[in-house]
Amino acid sequence: MKQSILSHTFASGLVLVAEPMMSLESAAFTFLLPAGCALDPVEYAGLAEVTCELTLRGSGNRDSRQFIEELERLGVEHGQSVSTTHTSYSGAMLSRNLLPTLDVYADLLRRARFPKDQMEPARQVVLQELAAIEDEPGQKLMQELRKHHYPDPWGRSSHGSESGLKQLGLTQIREHYARNYQPNGTILGVAGNFDWEALKAHVGALFDDWKPLAPQSIVAGSLPPRRAHIPHESNQTQIGIAFDSLPYNHPDYFQAWGAVGVLSGGMSSRLFTEVREKRGLCYSVYATMHSLRDRGSVLCYAGTSSTRAQETLDVTLAELVRIAEGVQPDELTRLKARIKSSLIMQQESSISRSSSIARDLHYLDRVRTLDEISQLVDGLSCESINNYLAANPPREFTIVTLGPEPLEVNLAVS
Amino acid sequence: MQFREHTLANGLSIVAECNDEAHTTALGFFVQTGARDETEADAGVSHFLEHMMFKGTPTRTAEDVNREFDDMGAHYNAFTSEEHTVYYAAVLPEFQRAAVELWADVLRPSLRDEDFTTEKQVIIEEIKMYEDQPPYLADDKCRALHYGQHPLSHSVLGTVDSIAALPVEAMRKYFERRYSPGNIALVGTGRVDFDGLVKAAEQICGTWKPVEAGRAAPPAPRAKSFHSVPKETSTLEYVLQFSNAPGATDEDRYAAKVLATVLGDDSGSRLYWALVDEGLAEQASLGHQDYQGAGLFMTYMACDPELAQANLERIAELFAQVQREGITDAELAQAKSKINSRVVLASERPRGRLFNVGGNWIQRREYRTVRDDLERIDRLTRNDLMDVLARYPLSDNTTLAIGPAQNLKAPG
Repeated sequence: MKQSILSHTFASGLVLVAEPMMSLESAAFTFLLPAGCALDPVEYAGLAEVTCELTLRGSGNRDSRQFIEELERLGVEHGQSVSTTHTSYSGAMLSRNLLPTLDVYADLLRRARFPKDQMEPARQVVLQELAAIEDEPGQKLMQELRKHHYPDPWGRSSHGSESGLKQLGLTQIREHYARNYQPNGTILGVAGNFDWEALKAHVGALFDDWKPLAPQSIVAGSLPPRRAHIPHESNQTQIGIAFDSLPYNHPDYFQAWGAVGVLSGGMSSRLFTEVREKRGLCYSVYATMHSLRDRGSVLCYAGTSSTRAQETLDVTLAELVRIAEGVQPDELTRLKARIKSSLIMQQESSISRSSSIARDLHYLDRVRTLDEISQLVDGLSCESINNYLAANPPREFTIVTLGPEPLEVNLAVS
Repeated sequence: MQFREHTLANGLSIVAECNDEAHTTALGFFVQTGARDETEADAGVSHFLEHMMFKGTPTRTAEDVNREFDDMGAHYNAFTSEEHTVYYAAVLPEFQRAAVELWADVLRPSLRDEDFTTEKQVIIEEIKMYEDQPPYLADDKCRALHYGQHPLSHSVLGTVDSIAALPVEAMRKYFERRYSPGNIALVGTGRVDFDGLVKAAEQICGTWKPVEAGRAAPPAPRAKSFHSVPKETSTLEYVLQFSNAPGATDEDRYAAKVLATVLGDDSGSRLYWALVDEGLAEQASLGHQDYQGAGLFMTYMACDPELAQANLERIAELFAQVQREGITDAELAQAKSKINSRVVLASERPRGRLFNVGGNWIQRREYRTVRDDLERIDRLTRNDLMDVLARYPLSDNTTLAIGPAQNLKAPG
């Protein structure tokens, strides 16, 4: 299928990137703002998250209730999230409502009101979300794994700390918003059924006079310890393993990604077969690529009964080490089939494309079309993946466990 | 968009919503069987059997099954509910035949002893996983309390004990009893070659022997009770409230869905404004679920344990107020517009349509277009919603709270 990517950089620095999908009735957008939690001062950890929550509680001439009612009248399925690098806002709707929805978000991004009476409820929302993670062992473990694998601030979770959340106030929130909700580094991805010229003109009218500021630079701290056990009263032990890999913009990224696909993609993948299917050790086991702009890693997860956790860790680590011996032709064939159908299925979803193209632009400064990704995947061979693996075998594992008892790390090479 | 339907001599029905514009094909075998068709002796067998389907047939090993699905690049999975077990795959159109052949073979499994023993461990791990995370299987407990002796009281997962004690023979008998072709629909959406679908089904499923596989669908009992289960290791308090609601063949089910959206949608609903927006609860929502002969309104709340009692009172007052005063025209219009957009967005993908078309067929033997559903919802009035509340007052509920809060009491 023919696919085109349209883009325009406004005088303010805001980049609009868009992919027409004219067979759909919907359109979707994703704003990525350079306002991630990596910028949170340690004493106000959670600042970006509370700011994001407060932007929903009044902007332009709408109060909190009018904002939600307007989105619902327009039928917008909406969401927002904060990562280390970005605060993002996204939505999907019937295509005729795209431009009026962008009006609502222009107010949110440029004219948030930060009403005093909304400060405490917004803080409470984030405090309760922080508390809720304590009850989700799998989620908690993966947060701890990232904290132990990346130098701060790259491993942070956006919900910050209880003390940070209690100390921050409207002063810090207004400063964060004024400094980081800005066009320089902001990306707007749009996908679905829309008219490009009308979209470009509309976005220009909403954002062209937005004042740009210099981007903020972040200095990473030192690496934390690579082993940790978090005591937790539970039936199961959660196991997290991480090792260094490549970021999305690296020329060899797809080699590393192919190897992870053989480890964990589909039910015939190695981790699923060896850990779950043959041994029945757990219900959930996976490995996934995690990319930042200048570094990337592989994050693995397994959760199992504490009595079988040691065996699960041993078998999982053995598979991670064994992948360095290389992947087989039939494994690569299946990987390619799965990717090919995934790429075509992405063409059925405006929301998934709008966020993909926005992220591509962040990582690559341009967008890879699905055709281009398809060619990159076709270009993978066992030889190319195995050469990469021989030069970069998985090693120096970060291992974090959460459960009643710590585990032993039994590795010939670590 | 064209609807097609055919029934094989043995009773297996084949239905499809064919869309030549679609890029992909979604296929599913919808089996009318689930936890409500189990007995105490085989509790959890429907879901365990769903796992065992992937373990091979006389001509395929478990590895063959997984490998062949992955060879097609299929996005495939299965799930089990109180009354259905669904096996589905999304594939590129050229793999339609291969995907149907594979699912059809898989649905006549070998159920080998050693696979049964290994998979038992996986099921037990799945149950233990849910025991460790909110709401700590409280949904199963609340279901049991609410439904008493009614078949909808059964848990889909079963318990560690019921699974550990289950003999493979009991699973084989359950399979014979429930997986009759008359109890199964093969459903397709997206780019479907319907004649090809019928031909493949005829060749592979035509030999399946029919047996009588009915089910009793008694009305739900009236229930009202309050339970608080201590769990000190939990950080938040989790509260579930189940009350009766219109069932799957009740025309009021549309009004019930809209009512649930007004009162308890994730965003912009009464519960949202009263509890979540105020920072009093981490989550508060109300949903509607319809079953054969019965339905449920399910309220869910997670909050700081110190706020639990006051929040219970707030919910009770909110329900009492809506029972007294009804809802506003603006709320009704907002809910309709939200549902309209959601339905259209979900229907853009063949995978999204599959569960709707399959669900309608297996529950009611009916086909409804997206437009049919939207028009039905658009016709609803405030009085329709009030009628539902009059028949099914939300205050008549079974409440279960689990968490560190002590001395919780029924509100009022």
